[in-house]
Amino acid sequence: MNAFLETGLGITLLIMAQSMLIVTFVMVSLVFLVYADRKVWAAVQMRRGPNVVGPWGLLQTFADAIKFVVKEVVIPAGVDRPVYFLAPLLSFVLAMLAWAVIPFNDGWVLADINVAVLFIFAITSLEVYGVIMGGWASNSKYAFLGSLRSAAQMVSYEVSLGLIIIGVIISTGSMNFGNIVAAQDTGWGALGWYWLPHLPMVVLFFVSCLAETNRPPFDLPEAESELVAGFMVEYGSTPYLLFMAGEYIAIFLMCALISLLFFGGWLSPIPGLPDGFHWMFAKMAFFFFLFAMVKAITPRYRYDQLMRIGWKVFLPLSLAWVVVVAFLAKFEVAGGFWARWAIGG
Amino acid sequence: MGIADITFYAFAITLLGAGFLVTIARNPVHSVLWLILSFISAAGMFVLLGAEFMAMLLIIVYVGAVAVLFLFVVMMLDVDFAALKGEMARYFPVGAIVGLVLLMQMGLLFGTWQEAEAARDLRQAPTPDLAEAHNTKALGMILYDQYFLAFQVAGLILLVAMVGAIVLTLRHRKDIKRQDVVAQMHRDPAKAMELKDVKPGQGLG
Repeated sequence: MNAFLETGLGITLLIMAQSMLIVTFVMVSLVFLVYADRKVWAAVQMRRGPNVVGPWGLLQTFADAIKFVVKEVVIPAGVDRPVYFLAPLLSFVLAMLAWAVIPFNDGWVLADINVAVLFIFAITSLEVYGVIMGGWASNSKYAFLGSLRSAAQMVSYEVSLGLIIIGVIISTGSMNFGNIVAAQDTGWGALGWYWLPHLPMVVLFFVSCLAETNRPPFDLPEAESELVAGFMVEYGSTPYLLFMAGEYIAIFLMCALISLLFFGGWLSPIPGLPDGFHWMFAKMAFFFFLFAMVKAITPRYRYDQLMRIGWKVFLPLSLAWVVVVAFLAKFEVAGGFWARWAIGG
Repeated sequence: MGIADITFYAFAITLLGAGFLVTIARNPVHSVLWLILSFISAAGMFVLLGAEFMAMLLIIVYVGAVAVLFLFVVMMLDVDFAALKGEMARYFPVGAIVGLVLLMQMGLLFGTWQEAEAARDLRQAPTPDLAEAHNTKALGMILYDQYFLAFQVAGLILLVAMVGAIVLTLRHRKDIKRQDVVAQMHRDPAKAMELKDVKPGQGLG
């Protein structure tokens, strides 16, 4: 068995099996996250939420997915067919692709590469193409304007996301998620994680994630109550499902990213308790809960306010923070609190 | 032929094919999309070379930012590309000659390229061994430690270019209304709204 796994075919099969495992995990989580999202939202608004299909409505998402898949694919006249169908595929595949470098436990990662953080960043910067291509190929003014609106939003908030991540990279001295989490393992439990040294940036990162994934209060791409549904207005059936699934996978990825970068990944918050996958999953679920709560309790931003916050508030703050962290790390202020490589973390 | 070779040829063929399609695609938006595909294939070849930092940078900077701007411009500008294509036949002979001369020059240059024995020892910033530092770290040490001044000067030049571009295009228009965000945030509901008890039939006068 072991000899077989070292042949070319064995390695290929092993990687495919691991990929399938991650895809299954993400898809199953996705199904119940959509359900949780709607339940949280309903609870805040004192409604019941989905409660008909399956026990407590647990199977509602399956019913929705089947409904989308069996619907007729309506292709509007004059669309650019290859690009029109490539766009939803691209958003879904790219959102999935980023999970290849996300570790779920010590060593539980498909591709343990040196530039994992950059890889995530590259993939998120590609995700904007699903939006632009979808809006352009639809041959509709509303979809096109919607796609320009959302593309500008996603490109703007990527900048501050990247700058905040640089602070974490400076503190660790590595772009590998395994090293980033290991650097947060100081024996102090939750107090040793990066949220404390990078406290102001955690909030900024969370808000930028909301804007990057087009979640309320920054869901200008959809803004269903005042604008038509943005770049995906001409989509229905399975392509629309792919757009929505891609969006939720990207949100879940951001939850994983926050957990890994600032909240210690699979490390236990209390020193002494065993680390492991359950902590990682609990943190991801908690941040998804926060995403859902924000969706439930905040009103939508105006577009000019959104752009102003991104470029005039978040960008200068995160840029200044990079310089501050570089200073604090270089001179090992507070016993290497910002320079984990110095204290052997 | 090992896996690395197969991957290399897959990326190389995609790169060349996409690059060719950039020039012959009728729709300019399709051209940009093919250009993006060729960027990504080039990034894949960087990974094969072991330069994963360059690969990620290529995707983030060129695909994530520059090509998005290209797409915006191509989508928004109303350029008659059919007319431009029509002129292509006229300029083709000149273009072909220029291309041929360039190709020959490159062939002459790189065909006879020889590295002197002592050249390797003369380098100011030798690449560290992979066991000591992977290429991200090596690049960082060269850029930010050894050639810090040159790096900063390059940044300054870019800054000057950016300020120049802004100054050239910035016009302060006096005849439009602007939003004062601070004033908006400090609005007081008590002062913003006035309730009037209007008697029927009289109006506000």
